[in-house]
Amino acid sequence: MHTLPQQLANGLFIGSMYGLIAIGYTMVYGIVQLINFAHGEIYMTGAFGALAVYTNLPDGMSIWAALPLMLAGGAIVAVLIAVGAERLAYRPLRNAPRLAPLITAIGLSLALQQAVFLWYPHATAGKHFPQLPGDGFDIGSVSVAPGDIFLVVAAVVCMSALATFVRTSRTGRAMQATAQDPDTAQLMGIDTNRIIVIAFAIGGLFAAVAGLASGLKYGQIKYDMGFQAGLKAFTAAVLGGIGNIYGAMLGGVVLGIAESCASAYISNIPGMQQLGGEGWKNVWAFVLLIIVLLLRPQGLLGERVADRA
Amino acid sequence: MRQRSLLILTSVLATGALTLSACGSRSDDDKKSSDGGGNSAGTSSTTVVIGVDAPLTGANSATGLGIQYGAQIAVDDANTKKLVPGVTFKIKALDDKAQPATGQQNATALVAESDVIAAVGPLNSGVAQSMQQVFDSAKMVEISPSNTNPALTQGKDWATGTKTRPFKSYFRTATTDANQGNFAADYAAKTLNKKNAFVVDDKQTYGAGLAGIFKGKFQSLGGKIAGTDHVNTGDSDFSTLVTKIKNSGADILYYGGQYDESELITKQLKAAGVHIPLMGGDGMYSDTYIKTAGAAAEGDLVTSVGVPVDTLPAAKTFIDTYKAKGYPGDYGTYGGYSYDATTAIINGVKAVMDANGGKLPSDARAKLIDAVQKTDFDGIAGHVSFDEFGDTTNKQLTVYQVKSGKWVAVKTGEYTG
Repeated sequence: MHTLPQQLANGLFIGSMYGLIAIGYTMVYGIVQLINFAHGEIYMTGAFGALAVYTNLPDGMSIWAALPLMLAGGAIVAVLIAVGAERLAYRPLRNAPRLAPLITAIGLSLALQQAVFLWYPHATAGKHFPQLPGDGFDIGSVSVAPGDIFLVVAAVVCMSALATFVRTSRTGRAMQATAQDPDTAQLMGIDTNRIIVIAFAIGGLFAAVAGLASGLKYGQIKYDMGFQAGLKAFTAAVLGGIGNIYGAMLGGVVLGIAESCASAYISNIPGMQQLGGEGWKNVWAFVLLIIVLLLRPQGLLGERVADRA
Repeated sequence: MRQRSLLILTSVLATGALTLSACGSRSDDDKKSSDGGGNSAGTSSTTVVIGVDAPLTGANSATGLGIQYGAQIAVDDANTKKLVPGVTFKIKALDDKAQPATGQQNATALVAESDVIAAVGPLNSGVAQSMQQVFDSAKMVEISPSNTNPALTQGKDWATGTKTRPFKSYFRTATTDANQGNFAADYAAKTLNKKNAFVVDDKQTYGAGLAGIFKGKFQSLGGKIAGTDHVNTGDSDFSTLVTKIKNSGADILYYGGQYDESELITKQLKAAGVHIPLMGGDGMYSDTYIKTAGAAAEGDLVTSVGVPVDTLPAAKTFIDTYKAKGYPGDYGTYGGYSYDATTAIINGVKAVMDANGGKLPSDARAKLIDAVQKTDFDGIAGHVSFDEFGDTTNKQLTVYQVKSGKWVAVKTGEYTG
């Protein structure tokens, strides 16, 4: 078990990424009860936006100087697409039966994926992403790469900023009010449309951060990277209790650690050799989801809410 | 409760829909077909189409495009040199995205078009499995420049020595993994003096087969297996696997699969401070591997089919044309074999027409099977002829190693017991 600290760290890194994307699912669900399945694609466009900025920067520019610009570029693209999707695809369906916006989200997801595939230059295969300089280093028995540090720092900073924003700012409190009861919130003078747009924008911003972090960590982005990441992040959001922002981050980390420990240790259990290893990690991730939903249907941090409908 | 059950229902539906949609997208590459050559072929010119099936976008597309344009150059050459008088050849390239189901659709589409005489491809052994039956029922020749899984030509019991050819219409210009995996294990154990191998595969027909053959041979040469694992194609995070390898004490990592995953594995492996070489098969022999992995690829090894294309004098014009036309993809892996496979079909068409008084018979597809079986010529990547199973008689293999950011051939030869 001396590999445990390293496997926990591996899980934490990938889990932070799931958490960052899961924020977008959970905020949108919390306010409009919509599962925005196009969110994985918003994460992907964020990564491509950052890469587009990098390709157009002058050669020889240091990656540290380029990083804020890449983040800004990715964030602008992702936020614009998220907000545009809300305005053009979801708002007209706000009062439609719930399946309609869901199918719209799936359609939008495919459309975004194919749009990048067709129009981003040479995106039909994986695109190389710039790397942070420097080698990995060891903290105790845990080896860490620069991309991992960026990911964890970004997750912590984003998460604390979001927590402060939601708790203390006027807009944040308006968001909580809208989540509790949109009609009453509107009667109290809150512009709920504005709040919904802000929720989509924050989701897009976090997805862009995750997209940039993913590119820096793996050195490669693909047009279809949003599909699996989106599915995992959605799982993380449900696991943590959909609608709860802390739950999304916790769900992401729990999911990441469960995946890495399951693929590392299950094959060591006598009689389970066939069921362990990398190839089974998605299976165990969903087994965990099913178990949690059986024992706590509202998710780890979710609250049991009365039905609104 | 209505809301929660709706949530669960929609999640299930959406998951299913997304899974299906992941394999459902395809681009229309028909427009990329050749329009070169044959402008002055005379009034009685017939057009004969050769189908090409390979992954042209997404995973494996670098080597897949090499197959498409290798065939394209062969066809252009045949048209300019008027190899078959009165016939203009054309390429119809379809993208299988390395998915067996898509490959089967493409095979059905090619068979349904009456002017398609034969097909070159696919790249992946797993895709070939789903296409062989379609082509065989239509009595249509299929020559793969890259499939290496032994069962495709020798039946599923090939390992026990009972070899039976499942499909008479299927041929390949690449030698099998029975040779390649053993050749690799030989090199790892004897030349590199490795004692402890960690074996990983991608659970696909090609990757799992190759890794299994390597593992068996490496053990029989006295090597130890430090561990085994399987990865999912399309994954990008291999940190758990890397930690396992790090603690296994392995001195070499053998990977059965394509470059798409192994380029990320080697990168994450070296980043974690595990400086052991990664060794793989022909699916990994691509310049894209070095481009993506960067310095981490240094010292990594592959075995690939045939001798290095750029050392062959006959292939010089081919490489020059490929570069001059600015075709995408890597010609180094299968481009030469694809050229030769296409040429074998073109020669076969000529033989069939000569036997029929210079005209294409109505059952040209079926006659072509016998003609291709009798193939015997010197191609640009070596001698081309097929044995009784449809396997190439050219069993040359080469070990390449990354040295200063380039694949360098370190050993070429045939596997001999």
